[in-house]
Amino acid sequence: MSKNQNATTNFLQAITANRLSDGYVVYLTARGGWSERIEDCRAIPDRGDANDVLRHAERQAGDDLVVGPYLFKIGVADGRPAPLGQREILRTTGPSVGTDLNLA
Amino acid sequence: MYRYDEFDHAFVAERVEQFRGQVARRVAGELSEDEFKPLRLMNGLYLQLHAYMLRVAIPYGTLSAKQMRKLAHIARTYDRGYGHFTTRQNIQYNWPKLGDVPAILDELADVEMHAIQTSGNCIRNTTADPLAGVAADEIDDPRVHAEIIRQWSTLHPEFSFLPRKFKIAVTGSPNDRAVTRGHDIGLRMHRDLQGKPGFEVMVGGGQGRTPIMAKTIRNFLPVDHLLSYLEAVLRVYNQLGRRDNIYKARIKILVQSEGAENFAEMVEAEWLKIRDNALDLPVEERDRIAAYFAPPQYENLSDACPELQAAMAAEPRFAAWVDSNVGDHKQSGYAIATISLKPHGGIPGDASADQMEAVATLAETFGFGELRVSYKQNLILPDVPKADLLALWRALDGLDLGTANAGRISDIIACPGLDYCNLANARSIPIAQRISERFTDLRREADIGEISLNISGCINACAHHHVANIGILGVNKNGAEFYQITLGGVANENAAVGAIIGPAFDEWRIANAVEDIVDTYLSQRRPDEAFIDTYQRVGPQPFKEKLYGPDQARQAG
Repeated sequence: MSKNQNATTNFLQAITANRLSDGYVVYLTARGGWSERIEDCRAIPDRGDANDVLRHAERQAGDDLVVGPYLFKIGVADGRPAPLGQREILRTTGPSVGTDLNLA
Repeated sequence: MYRYDEFDHAFVAERVEQFRGQVARRVAGELSEDEFKPLRLMNGLYLQLHAYMLRVAIPYGTLSAKQMRKLAHIARTYDRGYGHFTTRQNIQYNWPKLGDVPAILDELADVEMHAIQTSGNCIRNTTADPLAGVAADEIDDPRVHAEIIRQWSTLHPEFSFLPRKFKIAVTGSPNDRAVTRGHDIGLRMHRDLQGKPGFEVMVGGGQGRTPIMAKTIRNFLPVDHLLSYLEAVLRVYNQLGRRDNIYKARIKILVQSEGAENFAEMVEAEWLKIRDNALDLPVEERDRIAAYFAPPQYENLSDACPELQAAMAAEPRFAAWVDSNVGDHKQSGYAIATISLKPHGGIPGDASADQMEAVATLAETFGFGELRVSYKQNLILPDVPKADLLALWRALDGLDLGTANAGRISDIIACPGLDYCNLANARSIPIAQRISERFTDLRREADIGEISLNISGCINACAHHHVANIGILGVNKNGAEFYQITLGGVANENAAVGAIIGPAFDEWRIANAVEDIVDTYLSQRRPDEAFIDTYQRVGPQPFKEKLYGPDQARQAG
């Protein structure tokens, strides 16, 4: 995590939610869809824009079949968007331990 | 075991159908998430970090082999091949798909189980001594009363919208294995001078951000009056409990602000109004329910078991397991076996579908087809003939379920933590794994002896860290995980809340800190003195000095 924090000075924001059908983590893409891959996320530099995009995502959540969209901070590591903070890192990677790790 | 009657069957089936319709309307967009969320929570379905989580109630921690097989089947068919047993004696599935949940609930209903009231501001699953009905030290089987409470509290119309969730625990033994003082209501059985059983009623216990041990508001309540008295407690709470602040809404805050004596008087006044009406069960109905918990047909076995002694002498690993995991049974020739779900380096409380199925078969082979789930996240076979213990242990050993660590330092209680839980601030499981890997030497574990170590990933304290001898609380400092240690908590009949020992440790230093605490105990203890006794005798100072050095320890007070 500290590596990610050191990799950037300015943070961007992205929008995440859980998919209605299975609860899996999804990210709002630049084309307005939702993807399981954080690499596909729309990185939003401006705070005002981010709030506008979030409000739109919230209005669309019912039609998009996603639950609880919200903004979170990302940095850029190795040219790719990377979440800041342990919670969002774990949401991206899945549990760091698990009886199911070999089954997923 | 209790069996559903026609009403129970019809009611559960109806609820599943209702939920099937609600899921369909949600998926079709007819219900918003705001509308759907309370409906799914009423059926035990949470949305966690990575997926939904379904929490299934195991009333007072008692399961049949058939039910355990069903839990295994659900894990394999609808989830990722495992389940997680919790400190509430429940099981949680971490990966169910929304569309599958009605089918899962159908499957559960087939074996008389459900997920109702495993969430929300209602009376949750009533927990009990996992050794109920078999423990040598027991006055009477508390599950009869836990079942009566279950029936009374299920969809009780007056108590379906309480200020906050409400948890009741029952024990029939003077040695408390159900953390009764850590619950909203704790019930501990005693006998009166005529030998009739009744309950000491303790109210206002709980952990979370305000850990308080429950106060006794009635020394002895005859069992005949159990429901009317509980109803009186709930009525006072329902009326006066705070609804303006979620952090002050539990009954413990009300009991604290009113004072236990005043609260008791309010309950007695309410009880006076209702105690002789139809709320209490007639004796015949209580006897009908009690008959479900009648002891099985035990064989006449001698308590002396030379083959057990010989096997222990021949196989040191087996002897270590008997020493830590086998308890005294009230029936001569039988024993109670704890199946550890804490293999060194494993995930506390997790069991694979294969393990669950195998354990169900063992419960039939080495008992009467009954199992228990303990709040310590282990399974228990309650009726094992002593002569069969070796065969049982060999079978368990082959399933990675034979770890000899019940009540030892690697028998760690851990919540799912930030690896799964939406509320968590830090991970619990990897910390438990790292710590337990430090104590793989069975002789060292046995030498350390009886001790409890619990890890919660947030202040909600699902892992009961406040009442652990060594409690670890995960906290978030600027996005990073840190771990705060409390020492001196006790979960038994002398329940006590531990005290913070000093500044928190990061995830790489917390296992070393635990070793330092254990080393301090080993250097300070008197012969045959358990960790908690040493701690209570010497106080926190030697532990502080070892953890933080003499200078910092002095500053920390």
